[in-house]
Amino acid sequence: MTRHFFGDTTVLLGRSLRHISRSPDTIITTAIMPIAFMLLFVYVFGGAIQTGSDKYVNYLLPGILLITVASGISYTAYRLFLDMKGGIFERFQSMPIARSSALWAHVLTSLVANLISLVVVVLVALLMGFRSGAGALDWLAVAGIMILFTLALTWLAVIPGLTAQSVDGASAFSYPLIFLPFISSAFVPTESMPGPVRAFAENQPVTSIVNTIRDLFAQHQVGDDIWIALAWCASLLIVAYSVAMAIYHRKIS
Amino acid sequence: MSIDAQMTTEQVRGPAIQVRGLEKSYKELHVLRGVDFDVARGTIFALLGSNGAGKTTVVRILSTLLKPDAGTASVNGFDVATQAANVRESLSLTGQFAAVDEILSGRENLVLVARLRHLRDPGRIADDLLARFSLSDAARRKVSTYSGGMRRRLDIAMSLIGNPPVIFLDEPTTGLDPQARLEVWQAVRELARQGATVLLTTQYLDEAEQLADRIAILHQGRIIANGTLPELKQLLPPAKVEYVEKQPTLEDVFLAIVGDQALTAQQTPPDPTARTAKDPR
Repeated sequence: MTRHFFGDTTVLLGRSLRHISRSPDTIITTAIMPIAFMLLFVYVFGGAIQTGSDKYVNYLLPGILLITVASGISYTAYRLFLDMKGGIFERFQSMPIARSSALWAHVLTSLVANLISLVVVVLVALLMGFRSGAGALDWLAVAGIMILFTLALTWLAVIPGLTAQSVDGASAFSYPLIFLPFISSAFVPTESMPGPVRAFAENQPVTSIVNTIRDLFAQHQVGDDIWIALAWCASLLIVAYSVAMAIYHRKIS
Repeated sequence: MSIDAQMTTEQVRGPAIQVRGLEKSYKELHVLRGVDFDVARGTIFALLGSNGAGKTTVVRILSTLLKPDAGTASVNGFDVATQAANVRESLSLTGQFAAVDEILSGRENLVLVARLRHLRDPGRIADDLLARFSLSDAARRKVSTYSGGMRRRLDIAMSLIGNPPVIFLDEPTTGLDPQARLEVWQAVRELARQGATVLLTTQYLDEAEQLADRIAILHQGRIIANGTLPELKQLLPPAKVEYVEKQPTLEDVFLAIVGDQALTAQQTPPDPTARTAKDPR
């Protein structure tokens, strides 16, 4: 049935995108919390934080972008959960279509929705004074990392989407992901943290991703951080994808 | 196109559905303990049983959504375990809860399924079915605004896309009001008239009596009776003659007072060329 994979995925992607275009509030609510954090930290706490950057919003934006994706993927789990519950998934699975198309359609929809939210957040950051001298290639690199990060988190979101027993269960998993950036270099430099916290912060994925994006925006030399960031994203993607697919095949056969 | 046609004719000889020694357990619960039955082509077969008797489990196994623990089953001559892709080409499933997309319109739902079945001209297929199921007026409304009966009709219309030879209807009238129920019955009769094989599960005895050519009773994981309505009636003591005043049933009263137009629309015979004209397989 794989001969229909691309056609079927396209048709189902069209369906999910139509869902999003009919409830644009999901994009807006995805962007609201990161924007609120950005306002709070730039205008309330930011004045007291010593980062070494010329503008705190320049320092902050990379972490805010990660928070945006972390809050956006809870909708992926939610939409997948509703499809599983509503019976329409069974209808698709009992039809002669490529069976993984139904899942890929949700994943690609998540990518599109999150990219739109990210653009909204960047536009707000520009209004708040964010400036970057980054050229087209740097922006492409940032986009590439964000896409990889979104795909990895989306496949992670597929797991609760497939297994959750309730709507709350399907979306609650994303809260720890939203708060992970707080214990990283996203808001304050790790040097100010006490020993064990600093050790955690410096060795968790968010820090390397945030540092990479920050260096790209500031046009600093990007160090080893980019390889650590890519390794984290790629490994998370592979593990989440494998687990999600295994659960999926167990569920539908 | 020609491959499909050949395939269908090749498979015509045997029964449309064949089930042998089907067993399925969920942990400690033995839902099916050896189910056997055949469904002849072009007939309506009712699987009758109370809640939890295992009717849905049988349907899910036959539609390749669930693997049996033991036993074999074939649909349109294809084995559900080894030829799942062919089975999916042959059947269409209407589950217990209307599996429609609430956010899309009725027409968009039909177009979606037509596209997924890789048919040409999905728009025309959708419009034909909307007309056939008296949904043309609501075609562009979101399904979330539909009534239960409209949803069910759309659900069944979605099942007919691509003219699959075997149709599973899992409790198609559960939760419907009497008018919607009659509408669904009418649609089911229409399917069989056009040559489809229908496997219907129901917990309503009158539904099986009204629709089915053959009725099987599933009880505690086994088929305990299987036959035509007259055959099943012979299992009981012979009929006694009693004189009873014929009162109208509450359903008669309800329908007479409500006097429904939708029903009259349903009863006008649909265009007999509809099936061939929109058959792109």
